Amino acid sequence: MIVEFGHFALILALLVAVVQVVVPAAGASLRDERMMRVAEPAAVSQLFLIAIAFFALMQAYVTSDFSVANVAENSHSTKPLIYKMAGVWGNHEGSMLLWVLILSVFGAAVAVFGNNLPPTLKARVLSVQASIAVAFLLFTLMTSNPFMRLDPAPSDGRGLNPILQDPALAFHPPFLYTGYVGFSIAFSFAIAALIEGRIDAAWARWVRPWTLAAWMFLTIGIAMGSWWAYYELGWGGWWFWDPVENASFMPWLAGTALLHSALVMEKREALKVWTILLAILTFSLSLMGTFIVRSGVLTSVHSFAVDPARGVFILAILIFFTGGGLALFALRAKDMQTGGLFQPVSREGSLVLNNLLLVTSAATVLVGTLYPMLLESLTGAKISVGPPFFNSTFGPLMVPLLLALPIGPMLAWKRGDLAGVMQRLAFALLAATVAVVAVFAIEHRGPWLAPFGIALGVYVMAGAAFEWANRIKLGTATREEVIRRAMNLPRSAYGTLFAHFGIGMLVVGIVATSAYREEHILVMKPGQSLVVDGYDLTFSGVEAGRGPNYREDVADFDVKRDGATVTRLTPSKRLYDAPPQPTTEAGIYASWRGDLYVVIGDPQPDGGYAVRAYFNPLVRFIWIGALIMFIGGGISLSDRRLRVGAPARSQRPAVVPAE
Amino acid sequence: MRRFLVIGLIAIWTLFSGISAGFAVQPSEILPDPVLEKRARAISAELRCLVCQNQSIDDSDAPLAGDLRRLVRERLVAKDSDADVIDYIVARYGEFVLLKPRFELSTLLLWLTPIIVLLGGMVLVSRSAARPAGSAQSDTLTDEEKTKLSEILANDQR
Repeated sequence: MIVEFGHFALILALLVAVVQVVVPAAGASLRDERMMRVAEPAAVSQLFLIAIAFFALMQAYVTSDFSVANVAENSHSTKPLIYKMAGVWGNHEGSMLLWVLILSVFGAAVAVFGNNLPPTLKARVLSVQASIAVAFLLFTLMTSNPFMRLDPAPSDGRGLNPILQDPALAFHPPFLYTGYVGFSIAFSFAIAALIEGRIDAAWARWVRPWTLAAWMFLTIGIAMGSWWAYYELGWGGWWFWDPVENASFMPWLAGTALLHSALVMEKREALKVWTILLAILTFSLSLMGTFIVRSGVLTSVHSFAVDPARGVFILAILIFFTGGGLALFALRAKDMQTGGLFQPVSREGSLVLNNLLLVTSAATVLVGTLYPMLLESLTGAKISVGPPFFNSTFGPLMVPLLLALPIGPMLAWKRGDLAGVMQRLAFALLAATVAVVAVFAIEHRGPWLAPFGIALGVYVMAGAAFEWANRIKLGTATREEVIRRAMNLPRSAYGTLFAHFGIGMLVVGIVATSAYREEHILVMKPGQSLVVDGYDLTFSGVEAGRGPNYREDVADFDVKRDGATVTRLTPSKRLYDAPPQPTTEAGIYASWRGDLYVVIGDPQPDGGYAVRAYFNPLVRFIWIGALIMFIGGGISLSDRRLRVGAPARSQRPAVVPAE
Repeated sequence: MRRFLVIGLIAIWTLFSGISAGFAVQPSEILPDPVLEKRARAISAELRCLVCQNQSIDDSDAPLAGDLRRLVRERLVAKDSDADVIDYIVARYGEFVLLKPRFELSTLLLWLTPIIVLLGGMVLVSRSAARPAGSAQSDTLTDEEKTKLSEILANDQR
């Protein structure tokens, strides 16, 4: 009964969304305030209805109601509660329901918090937002309905793929979708502005917090997926250039570019037309990502829905919104005034370079991901585009971006002084040089250019640190002055510093673990020892064990360093009950130097076991770096000047001279 | 500066190329000669596991991937060069086996995309920067703006 209630609520949500598309848009062009005001209650009730549908499905999962086809196909009565709940979005239908739920959360947030928006703009934004909801609600109800019943109901479900039964992965989709779908707000604002025919710095001010929030969640969502792959897939890899990873990475790249160009627009009224285009493109890449993941056109490890009818439907949605958005852009953009002139060497100029490189890398990933499919459908030739391609094309694009990264924020608006900035960056360059020498002294293995890669990351980190020191006059001013300056530095500036520092850390982690990973593949018999990067591992044998819904073989390693016991590692091989599928659980010991990572393999005829042991130096810098970027986004978002409700008020003190 | 850039490019290229290390490689497959084994690993990372969805033979524990790994090592022991080994595998399994497609007519657009987008973007940027300063914003006020300004000033004085 609750399930039918949820189904009904979802249909009602569709109808509400249709009203929300039509009435406010008509009201905005007729200048009818009553019609425009329909948007707000409609957006809120749309959220309310979709939430009812979502929790109705979750209820079916928690109570293991196997008369619901979706539950029977993806859940199992013995599954731990948290995975029953996460199981709602661990499948195609449920994840689409999560998609529309998050979409409506963003729509309702604009309706509730967007009081400072001009009424016509607000009505149009909510109308465009609702049109996306209509498309995806129709898609969910017509091709991917999670509320279908089974008669007779099976006695138990088929279970959730065990590699997905993991805490990091349980919360990976909600974060990722919040990121993906959050860019819809930027899109809706762009379309509404094009319809209005008017954009100014205020537009960027309204859009930036939403874009920043979406970017934060996408960052942490991607990082969680990578972290999960690292410890769950049992080979210590953390990025595979899989089409599904690329699907989330493309909107991240474009969204990062959007954040930076919106900054130029907000502060200097320049790049307006470009920013609008970028807002359209970023959400289009989110839709493209949804298409890639949900249609199954590119079969990869992640795709669990292979159904052409769905693919065609999402393709139609993609073409409608991207094509429609770009057509409107082509029609209206030429009427828009560009403003804010600047010299090539200036803050604006550096942000243009940032956009150029980020958009190029997004295009590279997009073409690389789609090329095999397009080539096959056009010529029948089958080719593969994998990690070696992306590493050799994407990597070089990142070098100039990272080199320019610390310089940009130090340049003045309009016209910058490059020589002066390089002088102030002298310490960062010195830190990078020290890093090169230090790495050469410590490590004698690996590619000889790797120390320069680490130095690049150190340079970015040091650049952020020294920029901060510079801005608060650390070392040149009195202590009180330094503290006062540190306190007065706007939070958005701290946000930038954090995010840029995080990028540097990420680069150091990537380079260190790629170049200096130590690897051992061997057969070990109980009692034998192995030395991995200074750790003595003694293998004491394998024992059978039993978990809530799996059986496992657990190996036992005693880890010593300089004779003192450090830890015990218990890597295992699991076989889940439903569906019967094996997984590898790595034994990981983390220290500040890096991770000791041990995996147990198959038993060998001579009584030993295949063992793989790695030392991954500084690998955690990758996720800590991403976390710092996320925190940086949060600090920036908490800035009063950026906050959704504040722009008009906070602008005034800056403009009026304090006389 | 230019030289540093080139070194940087090569650095990142080298680093990023070595990312995926082996997990699927069985202890029994490893060659006794560490130099040959290292070459085998590097070649394996470039070859696709044909029955897998998006894995190299170095990453995959599928039986076919194991066969290919052994084949690569056999060829290396038979004193083939790296290019010979790859040619040998491509001759048997087709271009599909290469994770980094060769630069050919059919992959022209794939390989040139970064350059085209980057150069195209640079042209666009320089063209919009070269536009005369007055075209976007004129220094004089329009009549509409003048009336608005005088209104504001009048309000201010009140």
